[in-house]
Amino acid sequence: MKLIVCAFLLALLPGFAHAQDEGVRLQSANVDLGNTASLQRGAKYFVNYCMGCHSAQYVRYNSVAKDLGLNDAQLESYLIFTGGKVTDTMVSAMSPSDAQKWFGIAPPDLSLESRSRGADWIYTYLKSFYLDPKSATGVNNAVYPHTAMPDILWELQGTQKAVFSTVKNPDGSTFQVFDHLEPVTPGKLTPRQYDKAVHDITSFLVYMGNPVMLESRDLGLRVIGFLIVFFILAYLLKREIWKKIH
Amino acid sequence: MSDEQHKRDYLDVTGGWLHKLRDWIDVRFPMTKFWNEQVAQYYAPKNFNFWYFFGSIALLILVNQIVTGIFLAMNYKPAADAAFASVEYIMRDVNWGWLIRYMHSVGASLFFIVVYLHMFRGVMYGSYKKPRELLWIFGMLIYLALMAEAFMGYLLPWGQMSYWGANVIISLFGAIPGIGNGLEQWIRGDFYISDITLNRFFALHVVAVPLVLMGLVVFHLVALHEVGSNNPDGVEIKKHKGPDGIPLDGIPFHPYYTIKDVCGVILFVAIFAAIIFFSPGLHGLFLEPANFEPANALKTPPDIHPLWYFGSYYAILRSIPNKGLGALVLLLSIVILFVLPWIDRNPVKSMRYRGPLYRMLLMLFALTFVVLGYIGMQPATAWWAEIGQRISELYFLFFVISWIYSKPRSTIFMVSGFAAVMLIISGLDAISWVTGAAALKMYSWLIPLVYCLIFLLLPAFFPKLIEPKPVPERVTFK
Repeated sequence: MKLIVCAFLLALLPGFAHAQDEGVRLQSANVDLGNTASLQRGAKYFVNYCMGCHSAQYVRYNSVAKDLGLNDAQLESYLIFTGGKVTDTMVSAMSPSDAQKWFGIAPPDLSLESRSRGADWIYTYLKSFYLDPKSATGVNNAVYPHTAMPDILWELQGTQKAVFSTVKNPDGSTFQVFDHLEPVTPGKLTPRQYDKAVHDITSFLVYMGNPVMLESRDLGLRVIGFLIVFFILAYLLKREIWKKIH
Repeated sequence: MSDEQHKRDYLDVTGGWLHKLRDWIDVRFPMTKFWNEQVAQYYAPKNFNFWYFFGSIALLILVNQIVTGIFLAMNYKPAADAAFASVEYIMRDVNWGWLIRYMHSVGASLFFIVVYLHMFRGVMYGSYKKPRELLWIFGMLIYLALMAEAFMGYLLPWGQMSYWGANVIISLFGAIPGIGNGLEQWIRGDFYISDITLNRFFALHVVAVPLVLMGLVVFHLVALHEVGSNNPDGVEIKKHKGPDGIPLDGIPFHPYYTIKDVCGVILFVAIFAAIIFFSPGLHGLFLEPANFEPANALKTPPDIHPLWYFGSYYAILRSIPNKGLGALVLLLSIVILFVLPWIDRNPVKSMRYRGPLYRMLLMLFALTFVVLGYIGMQPATAWWAEIGQRISELYFLFFVISWIYSKPRSTIFMVSGFAAVMLIISGLDAISWVTGAAALKMYSWLIPLVYCLIFLLLPAFFPKLIEPKPVPERVTFK
C-alpha cells in the first residue's frame, strides 16, 4: 500500500509539467546558477543591450551586486547607466508611453520572464531572429512570430535568414512551414561565442526570476540534514515507547 | 518504576511549584481534565497504519497556512495596481519573505494532496459508515471550505492565471438559470473581475473562510472523539472493553500516537522542505508559469485552467459540451461524496474484508480521479474532451457500483444492472452524437463497456468476487 501511494505521488508530480507547444523546437539553455562569472557577464549584457528598452522593475541593483559578488564601486561603474542609486530597482530609461508609440507595445518587464517563459524559450528566442523585409523592424522571430522586438543582438550574432519547406495538403494545395535558420552575414562573435553570450543572458534572467535559488539549495540541504537527524532520534524514541504494545 | 512514581519524582524535583500551578489552574479551568479526556486517556486503535498520518499532517498544514498567511498579509497589498508588485516585494525585499511565501504556496498544494490521501483512507476503511456519517460530512464541509479558500487565495497574486482562472470559475455561477448573471455580478461586485473583486476575495480569504474552516475542524475533531477512530480492520474497538472500561485494542493517544505522528510529521516536513528549497514551482504544477505575468483583462491566455487540485472537476466540467449541464454535473460530482455513507451500505467497513473486485473498483476510482486531474491540465481538444467524458462516466459509475455491491444481488439483478448502465451510457452517446467524431466515440465506448463487464457482468456469474470475507472480532496487529 505504501508503494502504491509513493508511486501515485511520483506519477502525479512531474506528469503535469508545463508543455510549450511552439512551432520551433526549443534548445536547452543548460543554466548553471553556480557559475557566478556567467551571471556577471549576463548582467553586463543585460544592462548594455536589454535595458535600453526593458526594465527589471522588481530587481534592485545592490541585491544583484550582493548576489553576484560585486561591490558598490563596481556596481556603479559597470552596471548603473541610468544615473540611479545603488538601492534603485533596474528601471529602463525608456518610458513605457514612448515605447508604446515607437514599437506599438511597451516592452515587457523582464524580472520574471524566465519564470513565465522558461529558460529554454529565452535562449532559443534570442537565437532565432531572421531577416524579414515584410516586418517593420526588418526582422522576424521563429520562436515568437511577428515579435515587435528588433534584433538587438544582430551586431554580435550577424544576420540570419529563414528557410521554409513546402508541405502538401491532402487536397493538393501547399503551405510553407519554418524549417531552419541559415547565417547571412557574420557578426562580431563566432556562433560559438554568441551561444555563450546568449547563455549568459539567459542565466542572468533565470537568476532574476528567482534570486533566492542561489542560497535556497544550500539552505535546503542543511534543513533536510537536520530533519534526518531529528527523524532518527524521534524514531528511536517511538520504538522505545511502543515496545510494550503487542 | 511505575509511570505514576516517575511523574511524582519529576514534580518533586521541580520543587512542587509546577504541581501547585497545575492544581491552581485545574480548580478554575478544566486543563488536566481536557488533556486527559482528549489526549492522554483518549483511546485509539493500536493498529493504525501509514494512512493514519495524514489527519495530523493536515492539521499541521492548516497551522502553517494560518501562520505564514498572517506574515504575508503584513506585506501584501490587496489592490489591482499593487498586488502583483507587493508579492514580488515580499519575494525579494522582505527578510525571509520568499520562504514565507513559498511555505504558503507550496503548503496550499500539499494541503490538497494530504486531504485527498486522508479522504481516500476514509473510503478504503469505510470510515464514513455508521456511526461516523457526521464525521465524514464535517470532513467534506472542510474540503469544500478548503476549495473556496484556495480559489480565493489564488486570485490574490493577481497574475494572468489568477485572473482568468477566477473568471472561468465565477462564470460557472452564471450557468444557473434566471439568477446566474446577477449572481456572477454579485460575487465580483463589478461587471468584470476588478480591484473590487480582489478586495473582497482578500477579506474572505484571510478572515471569513479561515474562521469557518477552523470551526469545522473543531466539529470534525469533536465528532471523531465522540465516536472514536476507525481502523484498517474496520472493527469497533469499543465492543471489547477490559474490566477497567478501557478498550482492549485501544492505546492512549499520548504518548503512543503523539510520538508516532511526530515521526510522520518530520518525514512530511522533509518533503515539504525539498519542494520549497529546490523546486518551489514544481515545474509549473504548484506555481503556473502564466501567473508570473501580471493580470491583464485585455489579454486572454491561450490555455486557461485552474491549479491542479481542481483539475479533476475541471475535466468533468469540460467533458460536457453544454455549460449549464456541465456545471450541474460538476456540482453533482462533489455532492455525491457527501452522501457516500448512504450509497455504500455494505456492513463490512474495511476493504480488507470486501471482495477482490471491490478493492479493484476502489483502486480504479483513485486512478480515475488522478487521470481526470491530468486531463484537466491538458489543452481543450476534442480528443481530451471525449476521453474526459468517458473517465467522468467511470467516476460516477464507482458510486453506482458501490451501491450495487451493498448487499448480495441475484444474477438477474446484476445482468439487468449491466444492461441498464450500458443503455444509459449509449443513450447519452446517441444524444451527443456528432457524425464527424463518430469513430472516436465508438472506440471510447469500449472504456465504460470493459469497466461494466468487469464490475457488473463478471460478479453476476462469479458472486464470490464481491462476497465479503469474515471480519475478525478484534483488530489484527503485526
